[in-house]
Amino acid sequence: MLPDTTGGGRVEVTVHVNGVPHSATVEPRRLLSDFLRHDLGLTGTHVGCEHGVCGACTVLVDGEPMRSCLMFAVSAQHHQVTTVEGLAGADGGLGPEQRAFVECHGLQCGFCTPGFLTTVTAFLRDNPQPSAEEAREAISGNLCRCTGYQNIVRSVLRAAEIRAGRAADCAGPPAGQPTAPPAGEAVG
Amino acid sequence: MSALSERPANPVVGETVPHESAALHVTGRALYTDDLVARTRDLLHGYPVQAPHAHARVTRLDTAPALAVPGVVRVLTAEDVPGVNDAGIKHDEPLFPSEVMYFGHAVCWVLGETLEAARLGALAVEVDYEPLPSVVTVREAIEAGSFQGAQPTMERGDVEAGLARAEHVFSGEFEFAGQEHFYLETHASIAQVDENGQVFVQSSTQHPTETQDIVAHVLGLHAHEVTVQCLRMGGGFGGKEMQPHGYAAVAALGATLTGRPVRVRLNRTQDITMTGKRHGFHATWRVGFDAEGRLQALDATLTSDGGWSLDLSEPVLARALCHIDNAYWIPDVRVNGRISKTNKTSQTAFRGFGGPQGMLVLEDILGRCAPLLGIDPADLRRRNFYTEGQATPYGQPVRHPDRAVAAWDQVVQTGDVDSRRREIAAFNAAHQHTKRALAITPVKFGISFNLTAFNQAGALVHVYKDGSVLINHGGTEMGQGLHTKMLQVAATTLGVPLHFVRLAPTRTDKVPNTSATAASSGADLNGGAVKNACEQIRERLAQVAGGRLGVPPADVRFEGGRVRGLAHDTDEIRWADLVTQAYFQRVQLWAAGFYRTEGLHWDSTVFRGEPFKYFAYGVAAAEVEVDGFTGAYRTRRVDIVHDVGDSLSPLVDLGQIEGGFVQGAGWLTLEDLRWDESDRPTRGRLATQAASTYKLPSFSEMPEEFNVALLEKAHEEGAVYGSKAVGEPPLMLAFSVREALRQAAAAFGPPGTSVDLASPATPEAVFWAVEQARARAAEHGHVAEGFPGMVPPQPNGDVPRYHPRSERPPAEQHALSAEV
Repeated sequence: MLPDTTGGGRVEVTVHVNGVPHSATVEPRRLLSDFLRHDLGLTGTHVGCEHGVCGACTVLVDGEPMRSCLMFAVSAQHHQVTTVEGLAGADGGLGPEQRAFVECHGLQCGFCTPGFLTTVTAFLRDNPQPSAEEAREAISGNLCRCTGYQNIVRSVLRAAEIRAGRAADCAGPPAGQPTAPPAGEAVG
Repeated sequence: MSALSERPANPVVGETVPHESAALHVTGRALYTDDLVARTRDLLHGYPVQAPHAHARVTRLDTAPALAVPGVVRVLTAEDVPGVNDAGIKHDEPLFPSEVMYFGHAVCWVLGETLEAARLGALAVEVDYEPLPSVVTVREAIEAGSFQGAQPTMERGDVEAGLARAEHVFSGEFEFAGQEHFYLETHASIAQVDENGQVFVQSSTQHPTETQDIVAHVLGLHAHEVTVQCLRMGGGFGGKEMQPHGYAAVAALGATLTGRPVRVRLNRTQDITMTGKRHGFHATWRVGFDAEGRLQALDATLTSDGGWSLDLSEPVLARALCHIDNAYWIPDVRVNGRISKTNKTSQTAFRGFGGPQGMLVLEDILGRCAPLLGIDPADLRRRNFYTEGQATPYGQPVRHPDRAVAAWDQVVQTGDVDSRRREIAAFNAAHQHTKRALAITPVKFGISFNLTAFNQAGALVHVYKDGSVLINHGGTEMGQGLHTKMLQVAATTLGVPLHFVRLAPTRTDKVPNTSATAASSGADLNGGAVKNACEQIRERLAQVAGGRLGVPPADVRFEGGRVRGLAHDTDEIRWADLVTQAYFQRVQLWAAGFYRTEGLHWDSTVFRGEPFKYFAYGVAAAEVEVDGFTGAYRTRRVDIVHDVGDSLSPLVDLGQIEGGFVQGAGWLTLEDLRWDESDRPTRGRLATQAASTYKLPSFSEMPEEFNVALLEKAHEEGAVYGSKAVGEPPLMLAFSVREALRQAAAAFGPPGTSVDLASPATPEAVFWAVEQARARAAEHGHVAEGFPGMVPPQPNGDVPRYHPRSERPPAEQHALSAEV
């Protein structure tokens, strides 16, 4: 007979995610990452290496970056969790970090992007005007397999500029143009 | 300028635009295959039973205990397969094997209501194994004569005569490691069956058509009964070119047997222990130089570590042979290739597809021989460049060799290479325990699939009555920006703003018979097809517009969503108005596009031809600093000039160059695959099966200064809008880092020291190179000097030398019979 690895029953868990309380009945050892993805359907949080190295699953817990693949959903009870879905600006449009990653091509396949964005959001909140060296240090715990990181550093610095209300373009290559038409513009 | 390459006025191609899905990615709305789980009702989860032996016979498989586990619905075994029990196209990789061929091989799959139920079910399956002798390393395979597939020879001239006339002959041996793809999104497939029996598979696949083919043959269906869609991939790098098929087939088999959607998503441990990697290689070689250091002859035998089945090993080997020359003219050449059969994962495509491995052999030779010739390595490389009129060993004229020179000169100039080399010499003279070095290396990489038939593509373009455009093409998006480029191509050809055009996910029921998104050729091939479809529509619209504007159709111009005559003072029509008018005139507003790369031919029976449409060039200079006590090093600066033709999308292309270089540097310096080579029961187990033990490039390994420029005046006649492919070639720019490390290690010895450097050149490997430089200073490393030298093993004639099965039209294809 196999040992019972289910931890003896299921528990009701309530976690505040992006400002909204969510409840689900889960195994006590349900990972926060699986809880977000599979129980709440918040699939913006991605699972990459599954043991805390790559940082793709990073979410903010009470504002601090945490690996959601190394945390149980029950441990997140009574805490405020912010995922990539919760990073939009006050007006519902893209937040500064999100805008910067779009403009500076700070992503390719996009799988690592949510983890970078949550990490960078917390970093810039605490360090609004980082040097390039500080920016590199801040995101050195996250892995990206596509970009070679150059545009991610540019994105962090650009996000700091946007937060400060400066209008300069993305350092290095010029900033891109929006691909979506402005609201209300007809085709043709 | 060709019709294919010519750009209209104010084209959207060449503009700097963000990735087409960027807004979705930064908000978490972009969907990957496994994100569909939360959106799919009644889904079952698949979990493999992995064998704990490198090689064994399955003597008993009892699934009954698994079925007793709560939540387990079914166990899939070989008996369940209605069609062909094989996950590949060469019928050498059974999907449900009776013989375990590598440690971690899945022998059956358990379906559960939850992933946890499936996992517990997999633990409950009882399997008895009879362990068999195993071959784990490529050296063991060579000694045992364990090979698979064809053993080609690429030959030009008389290699013995070339070596005999050479002033210097060296010979040696080199073995280097493969590479794990470590795409951040692991393999994932979700399959379901509709009310009419149509199988629909969503898969993270670079090759939806082949996934469709394999699913069909496993299920005993025809291709039109299976549809495969790929929304996007979280990285592919070649690892999802052939490897997804079996997992998709397991999901599809489960869906057909249970009537419920089935998800097969490998967790990271499963992905890294079950799926194939870049081939490591072993090489034995002899090389001849004249008195001036010009290459005279190369005699080499390359043995790739193929793993347990062929997969893509034959074409990977072909590309390795075709790239051993890199950018260098070698008059007399004989290169043999063979594929070892080892009890490991089935090694597969990985960015460069053998090209990097072939080139690494020669770059290693040049790096080791330069000190023995008394020639600076940069001079040795530069003086051996191809010049106009010369051809590769397989007979293809080398077009635009001057671009390698231009890129080299630009790197030397903008990288201040000469003055920095003086600074480095001064630094090294002043520092006993720390040494620096700068190396500069070129890349010449052939673009097109080696096999000519694969160089075709299709597209489907719809213009709706309101003027909006929807495009679909056969290529898949894995982050490389292909979809972004295709949107730009369509907007350019139709002369509309970019936001008029949308792109729908890649599906086999939209565009059939596609080639893999691979060989860097995604934009070349699919761009040609999108352009062709758009041109058909544009020509029909020009008829309508010509009539309304009173100008000949050939004089109608489409630009920025406006349509006018050639003369600037004619009337203008809004694009959407013209489209509406055309609809009422009953003009077809959609088109299927097709593209085939012209001018290619390749005869694998003699290993000759012109398989490549063109060559992509690039040059990199890298400066490193090595600590003599530990071998630890850092990359101080990298300068790159790379040839992308006239860029379709500069931001995308720069990102590909930077990312490719870093991935190459990872392969060559960090990423250390270790298999258990002992005789313990864990023999054959991958020891580095997680990101904690398999070191991927991170910020701390990035060059402190990293300058990347696109080569100017680089128009390419033979490709869409004058562009060149960019996916793979930049990976090989990372040779500069490896050669710089070698030179820095050698600087710990006296001038003229040749050191061997293991690959990957981890700090430990560099430490041993430093030790070698200090201790064996007067010797030649492990390079032997003199003719005839160590002659590489030659084929003995008992295996086919040429024309691998994979390059022949399949005779046994599951063709539609008359009674269907």
